[in-house]
Order: sequence, then structure tokens, then C-alpha cells
Amino acid sequence: MSTTQSSRREADIPRWLLIAATYTIVGIMLILPPVLVVAEALRNGFGTALTTLADPDALSAIRLTVTMTLASVVINTVFGVLAAWLIAKYRFPLRGVLTALIEMPVSVSPVVAGLVWLLLFGTQGWWGQALDRIGVHIAFAPPGILLATLFVTFPFVARTLLPLMEQQGRDDEDAAMLLGASFWQILWQVTLPNVRWALLSGVLLTTARAMGEFGAVSVVSGHIPGLTETMPLHIETLYNGYQSVAAFSMATLLAAMAMATVGLRSFFEARARNAVIHGQDA
Amino acid sequence: MTEVADVSFALPRGRRPADPLPGFRIALVATLFWTGLIVVLPLAALIMRPWQEGIGAMTAALQDSRMFAALRISFVSAFIAALIDVPLGVILAWALVRARLPGRRIIDALIDLPFAIPTAVTGITLATLYGPQGWLGAPLAHLGISIAYTATGIVVALMFVGLPFIVRSVEPVLRDLPPEFEEAAGLLGARPRQVVTRVVLPALLPATVTGFGLAFARGIGEYGSVIFIAGNQPFHSEIAPLLIVVRLQEFDYPGATSIAFILLVASSLCLMGIAWLRRRVARGMVAGAAP
Repeated sequence: MSTTQSSRREADIPRWLLIAATYTIVGIMLILPPVLVVAEALRNGFGTALTTLADPDALSAIRLTVTMTLASVVINTVFGVLAAWLIAKYRFPLRGVLTALIEMPVSVSPVVAGLVWLLLFGTQGWWGQALDRIGVHIAFAPPGILLATLFVTFPFVARTLLPLMEQQGRDDEDAAMLLGASFWQILWQVTLPNVRWALLSGVLLTTARAMGEFGAVSVVSGHIPGLTETMPLHIETLYNGYQSVAAFSMATLLAAMAMATVGLRSFFEARARNAVIHGQDA
Repeated sequence: MTEVADVSFALPRGRRPADPLPGFRIALVATLFWTGLIVVLPLAALIMRPWQEGIGAMTAALQDSRMFAALRISFVSAFIAALIDVPLGVILAWALVRARLPGRRIIDALIDLPFAIPTAVTGITLATLYGPQGWLGAPLAHLGISIAYTATGIVVALMFVGLPFIVRSVEPVLRDLPPEFEEAAGLLGARPRQVVTRVVLPALLPATVTGFGLAFARGIGEYGSVIFIAGNQPFHSEIAPLLIVVRLQEFDYPGATSIAFILLVASSLCLMGIAWLRRRVARGMVAGAAP
């Protein structure tokens, strides 16, 4: 088969075979699943799907997910910016170790990310019983869910900012310093504007991961409907309870939220890449 | 990267010249506090906890055949899934970079779908899709192939989760590979097949290994997308992360912690290997420098 655009020959393997393979892989692996989520949700009509989302437990799960996501994003963004600033702008002993520690949660299984908090705050944990006695409940309560989410989404802001900040060096910051700017002035008016698209991208990645986190939250939550169930956990409860339509309606909502966030991120990431001379993958 | 300016001349006193850029102390304190609280403290608990009940409990936990079965299933499934993803991912990367397919932008957006969809949604979706009454499960059942609720289901779920890692590792390298390489090889008399096997694929190898490693590391710890489609039968289709959850429900903390520890070490080693490979590639080779 002759190629159309260029005279470059690709391979002996016929081009059409590779193209057919591409569409097959995309169709089976990437198109069928999302179509199925929506189809299962709408199996009994749009009205039914909406009704299941208005269930009190469903609403409480949505509320908890939104709260936990917002809290994790705010906290991890503040500390992520400071960590990236520290590592990118200064040279100090054990800088590499600190970078590795910040990256660490990426390589941890979600279940392990939940387990570690039970080791500290669970009934058999180091401080669990002592805290229980003074009325502080962390495991099987929203604070535990927050800690698990914070752990899982810990590296994303710093990780997205670091390559860009290192690339930009600190000439701008040094200039601002010589002009008498304070730390917060330099951070707000020099550094952050320079990395604003990357920061937004990191924040959105944190958001998407925080709202979808399942394994870590599942271990620390205790699965109390209406109290400690986030959207992913409620999906599991509904699905295991054979409430397929309700499960997939919630799944549609959650997936739409996560995909909108990720889609927004790709958009901003393209802008971030254009903002740098040599595009670097964050 | 710009070299950090040496401004030590500005500082008249102090044993070591301190950095004049303000904010070092507050950033250091905040970062150490936060990293200590969210990362170091929990990981310290993970490393120290197994020894707390004494060496006896630890050795007992390590003699658990169900644990080794679960670890084997997790590692083998992640390996097979990542391996199958390699050709699929390379084909998709080729389609994105070289083939001017209709719908290329849509395919590009769809590649990141497994990253974007929350794992619990992936889990119930694949379980329904490949289930006995599912769109793909029903026809396959006619052919006598069952995927859901078997060990094969684990591989199918991990393939879905791992696919973007391969595509996104290979794609930029393929994009940066100058077409002149292939043209030169062609002019020097290489046949198209030789151009692919001797020029293109070797250049893609480091990126492919990177993508494989990332998919594998992700696969051994994966939980949400797997547990719905796997049968979760001990010794047959029970993955290691699920066994951690089971042990926790039995209040067997040493058991849960030892599995967690092994998983943590394995995925850390995997990612360290990738980092090492990337450094080597960035230093030593012209083509195939993964970002």
C-alpha cells in the first residue's frame, strides 16, 4: 500500500494493519469503558440516575469528597510551593534526600498509604488508643481520610513546579532581593507569576487525584455510610449491594469531575510548555 | 538550568557564607515539618512496626504461604500486563506521531483516560464490561473464555491502568527521532523492516523500558481497579494489596505490615532503576533521551 503524505517507508508491516490495530486498541481499551459507565447509569433513564444521586448517603458522600479535596489541595499547594522553592532556589546538605522523600508517596501502593496511618492512629496503632481516650478520633473518621488523601497527593504540586523552577534559575529572585524585596514579595510577585501555569497544572492534578483516591481512603475510612464514605467508597458500597444504576450514576459524576479537571490541566499544561523555551515534561 | 549565583562575597561574617536570598529558613522549616509529618512519620511507623511484636511475630508473618501467593500474583500479573502493554503502547505512540490518522487529537486525549478515571470507577466498569453478561464478557464466554473473577481479570485491569505509561514514555522520543535517521538508513540500503528493527526500535528501547517499569511499579500496588474484576480467591486471584486489607480486618497488623513493606521496597527499587536508566540515557546517548 502506498503512503500518501510522504515518501518515507514505514515498515514491511502493512500500514493499514497498524492503523487497524490502533483503532482496535483505542476502541476496546479506551472508548468502551467510558461509554459503558454512562450507558449503565442511564439504563433506567436520566430521571432515575438523578434520583439516585439525591439519596442522602450519596449527597453526604459528594459533600465529603468535595470537602476533603478542597482541604488537601489548599494544604498541599501551600507546602508544595514552599518545598519547590526551597529545593529549586537553594543548595543545602541532604537536598537530594529531601527531594527523594517528597517523591516517595508516588511509589507507594494506595493501600499502604492508608495502612501507615492506621499504624499511627488505628486501635492497635502507636497513638490511636491514647487519642481515643481524650476524644480525638482520626482513624475511621474524616481526619484520617484527609491524612490519607494528603499523603497520596503530597508530591504533585512540588513535582510539577520543580523542573520549571530549576530551569528558570534564580536570577529574577536575586534581582528582586537586591532591590530590597522581602521573601513574600519575591514569592508572590516574582516566582509564582513565572510558574503560574505549572502551578495551576499541579493544583489540578492534585484535585483530580484527591477526589478519586480509593485504596488509601478505603483503608482508613471504616466505610460508615453518610459519615465517612467518599464518592469512590460509596460507589463500591452501591456496586457490592447490587445497586448498579446508582453505582454507575455516581461513577459518571465522579469520572466527569475528574476528567474535567484533567482536561483543564492538559489545556494549561500546553500553555505552560509554550511559556518555557525548551518544553520540559512536568 | 542556570547556575546558582555565588553571592558569598556579600556576606562579611559567619562560618559558612549564608545565602542572602530571604526565605530559606521559613521554607526549610515548613518543608521539613510537612515532609516529616506526612511522609517520614508514617513511613517510619511502617518500617518499625513489624519488629514491635518481637521477632517471633515477624518470622511467623513471613512464613505465610498465602502472602507469598498474593505477592506472586501481584508481581506476575503486573509483569504480564506491562509486557502486553509494550507493543500496544508503541503502536499507539506511532499512530500519534507518525500516522496522520483521522481523530488523532481524540486518540491523544483518550490515552490519558486511565490516568484520569478514578480507580474505583475503572474497577466496576471493567468488571461489568468483562463480566458474564458484559458487552465483551458475554461474547468471550461463548468462546469459552472467562476474564472477570479470574486471574486473567487482574491482567486486563492492569493493562488498562498501565497503557498510558508506555505511550507517554515512547511518544516524545519517537517525536524527537529525526526522520533523517530513517531516511539515511533507507538510502544506505536498509530495507523498511531493517529500518524499524535496527534504527527505530533500538532508539525507542530506553523509553520503552522506562514505560514498562512505570507500568509495572504501578501495577504491583494497584488496588481499586483490580479488586472488582479479580475473583479475590486466596492463592488464585488475590492480589497483595487486597491481602493487606484482609489482614487489617483480621487485626493482624504484623501480617499487613510485612506485605506493605515488601511492596514498598519492590516499587521503590523499580523506580530507582528507572531513574538510573534515565540518567544513563541522558548522559550517554544521542537518541532516546527520555525526559
